[in-house]
Amino acid sequence: MSAHAANHDYHLVDPSPWPIVGSIGAFLLAVGAVAYMTAGGLFAEGPLAFFYGDGVEGDARGTSMGMMIGFAIVIWTMFGWWGDMIKESNAGLHTPVVDLGMRYGMILFIASEVMFFVAWFWSFFEYAIFHEVRLDPGMAMFPPTGVETFDPWHIPLMNTLVLLLSGTTVTWAHHALQHDDRKGAKLGLLVTVILGVCFTALQGVEYAEAGFEFALADGGNIYGSTFYMATGFHGAHVIIGTIFLFICLLRLQFGGMSAKKHFGLEAAAWYWHFVDVVWLFLFSFVYVIYQG
Amino acid sequence: MSADSATHDDHTPSLWDWKRWVYSTNHKDIGTMYLIFAIFAGVIGGAMSGMIRLELAEPGLQVFNDSFKLFGMLEMGDSHNYNVMVTMHGLIMIFFMVMPAMIGGFGNWFVPLQIGAPDMAFPRMNNISFWLLPAAFGLAFMSMFVGGPAGGEGFGGGWVLYPPLSGLTGHPGPAMDLLILSLHLAGISSILGAINFITTIFNMRAPGMTMHKMPLFVWSILVTVFLLLLSLPVLAGALTMLLTDRNFGTSFFEPAGGGDPIMFQHLFWFFGHPEVYILILPGFGIISHIVSTFSKKPVFGYLGMAYAMVSIGVIGFLVWAHHMYTVGMPVDLKAYFVAATMVIAVPTGIKIFSWIATMWGGSITYRTPMMWAIGFIFLFTVGGVTGVVLANAGVDAALHDTYYVVAHFHYVLSLGAVFAIFAGWYFWFEKIFGVKYNSLLARLQFLFFFVGANVIFFPQHFLGLNGMQRRVPDYADGFANWNEISSWGYAIMGVGMIIFFLILIEAMMSRRKGEANPWGEGATTLEWTLSSPPPFHQFSTLPKIK
Repeated sequence: MSAHAANHDYHLVDPSPWPIVGSIGAFLLAVGAVAYMTAGGLFAEGPLAFFYGDGVEGDARGTSMGMMIGFAIVIWTMFGWWGDMIKESNAGLHTPVVDLGMRYGMILFIASEVMFFVAWFWSFFEYAIFHEVRLDPGMAMFPPTGVETFDPWHIPLMNTLVLLLSGTTVTWAHHALQHDDRKGAKLGLLVTVILGVCFTALQGVEYAEAGFEFALADGGNIYGSTFYMATGFHGAHVIIGTIFLFICLLRLQFGGMSAKKHFGLEAAAWYWHFVDVVWLFLFSFVYVIYQG
Repeated sequence: MSADSATHDDHTPSLWDWKRWVYSTNHKDIGTMYLIFAIFAGVIGGAMSGMIRLELAEPGLQVFNDSFKLFGMLEMGDSHNYNVMVTMHGLIMIFFMVMPAMIGGFGNWFVPLQIGAPDMAFPRMNNISFWLLPAAFGLAFMSMFVGGPAGGEGFGGGWVLYPPLSGLTGHPGPAMDLLILSLHLAGISSILGAINFITTIFNMRAPGMTMHKMPLFVWSILVTVFLLLLSLPVLAGALTMLLTDRNFGTSFFEPAGGGDPIMFQHLFWFFGHPEVYILILPGFGIISHIVSTFSKKPVFGYLGMAYAMVSIGVIGFLVWAHHMYTVGMPVDLKAYFVAATMVIAVPTGIKIFSWIATMWGGSITYRTPMMWAIGFIFLFTVGGVTGVVLANAGVDAALHDTYYVVAHFHYVLSLGAVFAIFAGWYFWFEKIFGVKYNSLLARLQFLFFFVGANVIFFPQHFLGLNGMQRRVPDYADGFANWNEISSWGYAIMGVGMIIFFLILIEAMMSRRKGEANPWGEGATTLEWTLSSPPPFHQFSTLPKIK
């Protein structure tokens, strides 16, 4: 320790390559996504022509290569960055005040996620409540004519129970870890992850059996748009949450986290409860109240 | 603390060490990068407004036609390209100039300094907030050179991105998709920044600094980043809907599938209205400090000033549809939005009057930042009262989408936010760079800016009242005189911009050593207790606030 050593508990992070690497990945991901979506509309000629579709004029999609490279870099960044955080935590740099900061950070991140879902619910309610002003008579009711909605008391109810149950099992895992029962914590997390996978699988079954389409060209309409995008983004969050919990399980398995310090697990649990609450809103409004 | 991080606390890395900047986890270095990025983007956005003023200098199509070449080489294309210029000027100035300068630049530099913290709460995340901006800017810049509408390049639908113009019917090419993803990245950058600032302000205030003792600039950033945190995700949702409508066949804004383009406007302005407060609120904070410093008095009504910003932020979420009076909404709804919008004039008035009351009876010195600050108060007030005019749905039916609106928002932004940025720049220049600027040149720049900006934008009120439309490159001959004057105003402001760069070069070459506190007893916040520039890591021992 030098004379200038810090006399406070904050964590002054060492310089890190991950922000710039992640930004480059995000840039490539975005350019690659546009090249993919617009089927060679981007860089059809010139030095970047390799982004051009798989070579067939009129293909619906271009090459996904750029997107894959960008995505791989983003994933690499996540492993590197969060791996560094685990190392820093193990080095004792996450003092109580730093730990509190991460709690603020996670709560605020979830708050922004809530606002993201507000956009999708807003869209859903706009079309659900103010449907009578639609020009097309088929759309002047909600759900629109010809849309066969799900019976909420079959798979959707099942999914509600699966998620609610998983909310209890993640709490079980958390309490077990607090009492230094690592075996119980691992078991609780394992059950939670399995329930998460079950939810995703059931949602997949439901999508396959849906009585309405997604895309306009396939005969879809605003119901399919709002339904699939709202439940789809929820589903994506379930998958992310499942991965988050699975990583916590791996960390427990390899000796990480302790009865006193396990904010990663708590953050995953908070995230999981957030996903759960979004589902309750989806279930209440999209499935039950506005069923056909 | 590990030996590794103790050594890096010790010395300041060399300015020429590229890793110092690219891998930075230092709030001051990141703030400096933000400021440089904002200058860079501001020059590009400002050049675009030059193209706009050149075209509008006289009736007809002079610049944006197939035969004109700028400087004999640069083809400007047809009138679609004029709209691309207007669109990109708006987006660049908002997302890549004002926000990076105010929040990224001054926020990063002075929030930790003013609350007595050694750095931001998440120093590494701070850096990705910055580095996502060049990525986003790159995507936006690329969008200008790839297919937009049939036969054209770039997106020309205005910064508001309304469908169907931003949908497949209006712009089938990939330009719009690039722009959507650009705004996604800029949005992620701002959300991460917002999380960082809120955590820093809540968790890292020096011992004794309660919320009610926090400097007003910190309050202004706190309110601003809350607006960012809660409004940007809604924009992200709207942009994603646009993206899936364009590429995956959804019907959110597609009437054929029961969707409604007006829905986009609601989602956009639910973000967009808080966004305009995001642009101006940090300026309020900067101005409060400057007015108080150069009046040698504490700010009049400190708590009122803080809670005025909080209430502007809260009410800012409840007024979005006043941007949409002409879409055919019910009259009751218009009445609500008129009333709610008028309410915002109350806290805004509190701020204006409190600044004046701060000066009242003070020992005022007209140093350079004070001139910019007083310029701000005057010009922002002009923009504020035209805002009250536009808040009326009945009046807006006539003024919607005219140059009156353009004049209004440039008075609050180009003359409000930008003057606040320059006020802050000359207030903190010495602190940031450790050298003094030439204050005579800086006053000259202020003179050119003040005159120039007023000559550009004041006539636009008359043009708008006479019915001149926004976003059209040509106009009736009757509008010619005021347009010509407006374009001359641009030339005056352009001279001011040249002086700005002369000031930078002059300060860099003469290297007059900066003082810790050049402003004397009026400057009471913590950044003035440190050297100029401050040590690489300040407050190793936290300051105690009585």
